[in-house]
Amino acid sequence: MKDKQLIVNAIKNGTVIDHIPAKNLFKVISILGLQTINNQITFGTGLESKKLGSKAIIKIADRYFLDEEINKIALVAPQAKLNIIRDYEVIEKRVVEVPDYIQGIVKCMNPKCITNNEEIKTKFTVLSKNEVSLKCHYCERITQQDRMVIL
Amino acid sequence: MKNKSLVSITDYSKDDYLKILDIAAEFEKNPSQHLLDGKIVATLFFEPSTRTRLSFESAINRLGGRVIGFSDANSSSVTKGETLKDTIKMVTGYVDLIVMRHPLEGAARYASEVASVPVINAGDGANQHPTQTLLDLYSIKKTQNTLENLNIFMIGDLKYGRTVHSLLMAMSNYNPTFFFISPDELKMPNEYKLFLEQHNIKYYEYRDFMPIIAEADIVYMTRVQKERFSDPIEYEKTKNAYVLNNSMLENTRENMKILHPLPRVNEISLDVDENPKAYYFTQAQNGVFVRQAIITSILGIK
Ligand SMILES: [Zn+2]
Repeated sequence: MKDKQLIVNAIKNGTVIDHIPAKNLFKVISILGLQTINNQITFGTGLESKKLGSKAIIKIADRYFLDEEINKIALVAPQAKLNIIRDYEVIEKRVVEVPDYIQGIVKCMNPKCITNNEEIKTKFTVLSKNEVSLKCHYCERITQQDRMVIL
Repeated sequence: MKNKSLVSITDYSKDDYLKILDIAAEFEKNPSQHLLDGKIVATLFFEPSTRTRLSFESAINRLGGRVIGFSDANSSSVTKGETLKDTIKMVTGYVDLIVMRHPLEGAARYASEVASVPVINAGDGANQHPTQTLLDLYSIKKTQNTLENLNIFMIGDLKYGRTVHSLLMAMSNYNPTFFFISPDELKMPNEYKLFLEQHNIKYYEYRDFMPIIAEADIVYMTRVQKERFSDPIEYEKTKNAYVLNNSMLENTRENMKILHPLPRVNEISLDVDENPKAYYFTQAQNGVFVRQAIITSILGIK
């Protein structure tokens, strides 16, 4: 508990993303494009979590996210919680929500889909958010949560 | 509809359908109208489909337009590893309209995003073939004088048959009652039945059509292909249950018509052809008028 406090509090201004499933840490980094920014970023992984088994946490100094940016991680980290930090204080807590429309991130499950045969960014309309179900903008087939492959 | 691609049957509204059907009726009365003088249309067939290509090319020629293109990917540069994007980017600079058929699903939608001219989808894998659906609507309206409140029988392969799926979606605007007749392995997929339930449209499922065929206004036949069965014995047992012959038509309604997207193999016996209820060849001919209507309305001429 103390360690966690330390991690969260060690940032002066910025965003802490907690409750990321450990196995999806690098997917979250890549979806948010964190590998391309120059802010100070620290992350911890393999942390114990009752809900997730093994979780990861990322803290990004001097960076805040719009809902539409952060909601992109909902497919790989549906239980993620954000702490918005200003002057060492958590001034706001946010949860993520599956967006209505998804670009990239997920592969279409249809092997005959054009997106699996040519270099095209996938696009989906979200039909259902609880049991996530996505309709491909191109082949119009539905990809269900259990067959979802993250790119 | 002007300058708008037609990729999926849901790209058009109920009003759009009626507009196309009205224009098609004009072309049926007067098929040769030189409205496309000076226009060039590409027919890009990345997989062969002789019937669909001939129908489009007939429509374009009757309108006085010029056609360039290819009839299968092997005879074109496409086999040399060129991407679909590059092919479309090139062709779009040569023509006023692109008609394309492609084995991959979603190819036409993608092409419509890459092209600077409108794209008409002439079939993308198992996904969509909207001009077929519009010609089916035209044939139904023409033979029944209405699209409303009809008993539509769909017989054969309802699982993989893309034409029946699109027709189901389009006809759902007109309060039909559907009768799905298929072997167990080729039943109408649940997502379509769910769609009908959500829209309060009645449907019934049967394995055999004889006890109920007297109720039909439209009988839409499809091909039952052997390769769709996991068990070849099951195919042998069921194949004859989905073949229509002339004697079966005795007690059917006066207005009843038999439709089929063609090519037929053996699911409609040859002795049905002379029956006035057989409509499939006229249906194919209607395809030319409907495609004339679609092309001219997309090009903003009609
Ligand atoms: Zn797809």
